[in-house]
Amino acid sequence: MPELEQFRADTRAWLEANCPASMRTPMVADETVWGGRNASYKNPDSKLWLDRMGAKGWTAPMWPAQYGGGGLTMAENAVLESELRRIKARPALSSFGLWMLGPVLLEFANEEQKLEHLPKIVRGDIRWCQGYSEPGAGSDLAGLQTKAVRDGDEYVINGQKVWTSYANYCDWIFCLVRTDTSVKHNGISFMLFDMKSPGVTVKPIQLISGESPFCETFFDDVRVPARNQVGELNKGWTIAKRLLQHERTNIGDFGTAQSPQTPMHEQAKKYLGEDAQGRLDDAAMRREIAKYQVRQKAYGLTYARVGQELKAGLGDGAASSILKAVGAELNKHRSEMLIDMMGTQGIGWEGEGFNDWEIMQTRGWLRSKANSIEGGTTEINKNVVAKNVLGLPTK
Amino acid sequence: MALILNEEQILLKDSAKDLISAAAPVTEFRALRDSKDALGYAKNLWTQMIDMGWAGICIPEEFGGLDFGFHGLGIVLEETGRTLAASPLVASILVSATAITLGGNAAQKKQLLPKLAEGSLLMTLALDETSHFSPHRIETRAEASGDGFRITGNKVFVLDGHIADTFIVAARTGGGHHDRQGITLFLVDRATPGITVTRTRMVDSRNAAKISFADVQVSASAVLGELNKGADILDPVLDRAALGLAAEMLGASLEIFERTLAYLKERTQFDTKIGSFQALQHRAVDMYCNLELSKSILIDALSALDEGRDAELPVLASSAKAQLCETLHQISSEGVQMHGGIGMTDEHEIGFFLKRARVAEKTFGDAGYHYDRLATLNGY
Repeated sequence: MPELEQFRADTRAWLEANCPASMRTPMVADETVWGGRNASYKNPDSKLWLDRMGAKGWTAPMWPAQYGGGGLTMAENAVLESELRRIKARPALSSFGLWMLGPVLLEFANEEQKLEHLPKIVRGDIRWCQGYSEPGAGSDLAGLQTKAVRDGDEYVINGQKVWTSYANYCDWIFCLVRTDTSVKHNGISFMLFDMKSPGVTVKPIQLISGESPFCETFFDDVRVPARNQVGELNKGWTIAKRLLQHERTNIGDFGTAQSPQTPMHEQAKKYLGEDAQGRLDDAAMRREIAKYQVRQKAYGLTYARVGQELKAGLGDGAASSILKAVGAELNKHRSEMLIDMMGTQGIGWEGEGFNDWEIMQTRGWLRSKANSIEGGTTEINKNVVAKNVLGLPTK
Repeated sequence: MALILNEEQILLKDSAKDLISAAAPVTEFRALRDSKDALGYAKNLWTQMIDMGWAGICIPEEFGGLDFGFHGLGIVLEETGRTLAASPLVASILVSATAITLGGNAAQKKQLLPKLAEGSLLMTLALDETSHFSPHRIETRAEASGDGFRITGNKVFVLDGHIADTFIVAARTGGGHHDRQGITLFLVDRATPGITVTRTRMVDSRNAAKISFADVQVSASAVLGELNKGADILDPVLDRAALGLAAEMLGASLEIFERTLAYLKERTQFDTKIGSFQALQHRAVDMYCNLELSKSILIDALSALDEGRDAELPVLASSAKAQLCETLHQISSEGVQMHGGIGMTDEHEIGFFLKRARVAEKTFGDAGYHYDRLATLNGY
């Protein structure tokens, strides 16, 4: 394939010329680029890298070029990804717009909406948040009550959302609203609006682990142009579910997404010591770690196997349905073990007596409790697998 | 790193499934048990397996085998797990033929492998000496005597011990009781004077025996591999043995799961199918998760053998066996519980799987043994 080889050569040359050196070093937590009107860049190279990649459309390589995307084929995209990996480039942009909203806009939005919103997502001009859960609509998401009432060319929105990640930093929201109160699933619509609209109030939520990206978001007579409603009126649930598929693919990736770290057993030896034969001096913990490592390995291999099966056209990829729940369980198990092996060093909150790493593990342990709640609880996930994969009857 | 079967392997899987389910269904196993059959395995099935060449599936072609690869043997063993089919495939082929292939000299290979492949010779490994698997813990002694050795000691849980023609006996020729160094493997004909074989009846009704060796004289040519270095053969053989068992255990797990799932869909209580109860649904999903994880770790380990990733084998084999012990333990227990009262009866087949499960877990190391080994291999 000479064209692909040419594409690889061009891509390599372009990246060589345009990817700043500091963008080829491992990502640091507070340099993640989310974009948006309020963005600040601790490292100015981050901005440069985003602007250059955004202009090429390579933050969304496979989106059509007329909407600002890279317009690449699957094969070209694979080349781009491998070239980015080769130079260990950081992601130019992390964004709910790219991961969740964009794909459903491409599928459900009208031409005018695509032209208005997609290019801004690609360039990182607008940062989006997700208005889904409500205080009374968590697992039973379709029970949501935030109401949108038509008034001329506008909708008037009243209600409350919760767990709106980064709502305090975001520019726009994609929001599920009730447009028909007489039915449940068929009375929901998918709405886009500016968080600067009068009547929007945001309040950050403190979690058991401390500060969090989550917010409560209140809508008090917020007026939204009617043209910002996506897809068919009252058919927003279909869009909502499709978007969740994109979200779950991202959340399920715990097991593999972790950055390389000191193996569990080396941490354990630091806190628990070793016996004369060099064995971890805690037989129960030793077995626990081995058990975790086997399961972690099996989990990673399941990811790979599902990939190979899909590629070969074998099976139905049903095993992918368990990845989110198993990944969440593994990450929680890992966190519990870490805290356990650290003894009282694992239960400090802040200040004197604990190092940064220890505090981070403790906070991480508390935060991990959400892994089996966010993006659909493990219980809901199991209901779905029982019904759709195992074919068990509903009552 | 192949995590899916290739076309040849899929064909093998289909024909193994057809043959084994027809020749040795679970009813056949029940008949073997009830008649206290002298052989203790399904003769009809074994004959058909030999005809298909499966006894020689991982034996090199020059010695009359198919040389199909170790993964192929795993595929056949998985299908035997589904019907609890008893055959000499584990003791004679998975373990013994592997030991000869890996450790035998030219004469031993030429003499033994063709006979193993055609089923005219049955062999087994006489290794364990206590109730817990610990392969380097050998007290059976072999002392120089004349131009050969004299073996004395007791072996337990020797699979197919009462029907095997030749034993591979692990005996100590040097070192202390737990040392890896100083173990030697001997090929011993069962007719040699001084050998007493006592068949033991296990909970799974499969073949095992206690064997005592009292001043059993063997010649120098009986040594398999090198003197004092028997563990160099034993360890890779036992890794493959653990993997083969894990494959059988996956088959059993899948079968129990499918049967239990079907029961949840058909059993009615409170005017509804019990499978509609969330308490049972979530446990069914837990089993499904374990099954999927098990499939992945097993297929990677089996592929590793045929891809020459030998250095990874100890970790892969122990990981797969440990995971399958966990999975089969859970699923065999839940299988009985979810069948309720009928699951406790001897008339129902689900209990057979529970019994086989516990024996398979203990065969070639249980979860505890393999977790301990993994920790050691990984340096903690």
